[in-house]
Amino acid sequence: MSAEAGVNGVTGPGAAVGPVLRVEGVRKAYGEHVVLDGIDLDVDAHRCVVLIGASGSGKSTLLRTIDLLDDVDDGAIWLEGEEITDPRKDADALRARMGMVFQAFNLFPHMRVLDNVTLASRLVHKVARPEAEERALAMLERVGLAGRASAFPDQLSGGQQQRVAIARALVGAPRLLLLDEVTSALDPELVGEVLDLLIELKADGMTMLVATHEMGFARRVADEVCFLHEGRVHERGAPDQVLGDPAQQRTRDFLRRLA
Amino acid sequence: MSTWTPSPRQLEREAFRRRRAVRSTALAAVSTLLVVAVAVAVLVSSPGWPRVRQSFFDWDVAVDSLPKVAEGLWLNLRVMAVAAVVIVVVALALAIARTLRGPVFFPLRAAATAYVDTFRGLPLILVLLLVGFGLPGLRLPGVPRDAVVLGGLALVLTYSAYVAEVFRAGIESIHPSQVAAARSLGLSRGQAMRHVVLPQAVRRVVPPLLNDLVALQKDSGLISILGAIDAVRAAQIQTSAYANFTPYVVAGVLFVALTIPLTRFTDALARRSGWMGAMGAVPGGVGGLR
Repeated sequence: MSAEAGVNGVTGPGAAVGPVLRVEGVRKAYGEHVVLDGIDLDVDAHRCVVLIGASGSGKSTLLRTIDLLDDVDDGAIWLEGEEITDPRKDADALRARMGMVFQAFNLFPHMRVLDNVTLASRLVHKVARPEAEERALAMLERVGLAGRASAFPDQLSGGQQQRVAIARALVGAPRLLLLDEVTSALDPELVGEVLDLLIELKADGMTMLVATHEMGFARRVADEVCFLHEGRVHERGAPDQVLGDPAQQRTRDFLRRLA
Repeated sequence: MSTWTPSPRQLEREAFRRRRAVRSTALAAVSTLLVVAVAVAVLVSSPGWPRVRQSFFDWDVAVDSLPKVAEGLWLNLRVMAVAAVVIVVVALALAIARTLRGPVFFPLRAAATAYVDTFRGLPLILVLLLVGFGLPGLRLPGVPRDAVVLGGLALVLTYSAYVAEVFRAGIESIHPSQVAAARSLGLSRGQAMRHVVLPQAVRRVVPPLLNDLVALQKDSGLISILGAIDAVRAAQIQTSAYANFTPYVVAGVLFVALTIPLTRFTDALARRSGWMGAMGAVPGGVGGLR
């Protein structure tokens, strides 16, 4: 399987019918504070669902529970028809089938760019180093950074670091890519290079769930936009409708504050 | 290459900085001389100075006792080198044991915690006495009776508890987002620890570790109470032989001379933020600011 084939998310076994991701009644509280209050969500193959909402509305927590970085308090999540919130399942193997990109990049500062990208291939997917590096270089080529493979993360700009993080998330050929405000930590002039890359990934057929404040990006790429408020999906629909002609007062208030 | 030549303003600035640097150096030299002169004057003019000088700073005794004391110091160095390696291994194992999760590891975790609590609380000299005289007293086959080995063992017991805490602090200083990133790629808890957390944690604690190494270097002198002929014990023997305390001063000077390079190295390393070229490059740091 080539690295390119991995990007579009349809190769390999288990390309099941039905949604790639299904979230049903997910609840999560930290102490008294209810962060997710019964979230329902489907992401079909090759679709891009965008989560919008104020800080603290639960977007990041939802992505973290989907990636099994946090346990749900109730409800269930399915990946390609398999319930991943079942505690009997091997969470490491399930996480390896998803890619996650974080707001603050979270690259490993003690590893060169190439090692950041090959780490999961070698340890999780048990690919021999030469092949892992070949794949990683192809992926770095894909994000336009093959020339910086031997640099350390702190020698790169924020936009470059985030593109490396995306390459790192993609190299295991994930079925689903989770993106958590991936441009929020970037200087304005660096946002474009990252969003352009995401637009390309979408065009290649990647299945994506994206938390973002970039409404322009949402309009351009999203198949569906979900507005989260206080841990619930208050409104969902096509981007033109939710962003252009919201049905809910809360959505209108949120969008007005952004403008 | 551009054809830039410094402007008169820049040349004037540089000339000013040079003048100021010369003035600073001169001032530092004068004030140092002054302080040293006062200290020496106070010492030499004290009523007991002739006596103290005779019994602590006798040059001939110093020269005569130096070979024996230096020979003892060589033992200190060997004990320290071996102990340091064992300490790092034991401490790292203890630190990792304390971060393990899950019910299976409870005994290991509890044992590591109890070990650290015990040996961090016990005075080193007590550990030395208990190990040095208690262990051979058991008369178990295979238990070493050599004072050097037992002394080294006591050093390892105490220091590995301290160093384990340094490692643990390093492990806990790595931001949870690093673990989240590793786990999101499918790495197991152990893989994330081994490949992501530990390499960063160890780098971060190298300066405090070297500080503990300096302490170990001088505490290796305590094995003399078990009868090992190290620098301190050798000095003691020489002191009785010459009926003069100068060998102690010789041993002290040698220990200081030994630790200073290590201390300077530690400082330099701590200052240099880009250790191994990988971590947070802060060019110049605060020191370069006016």
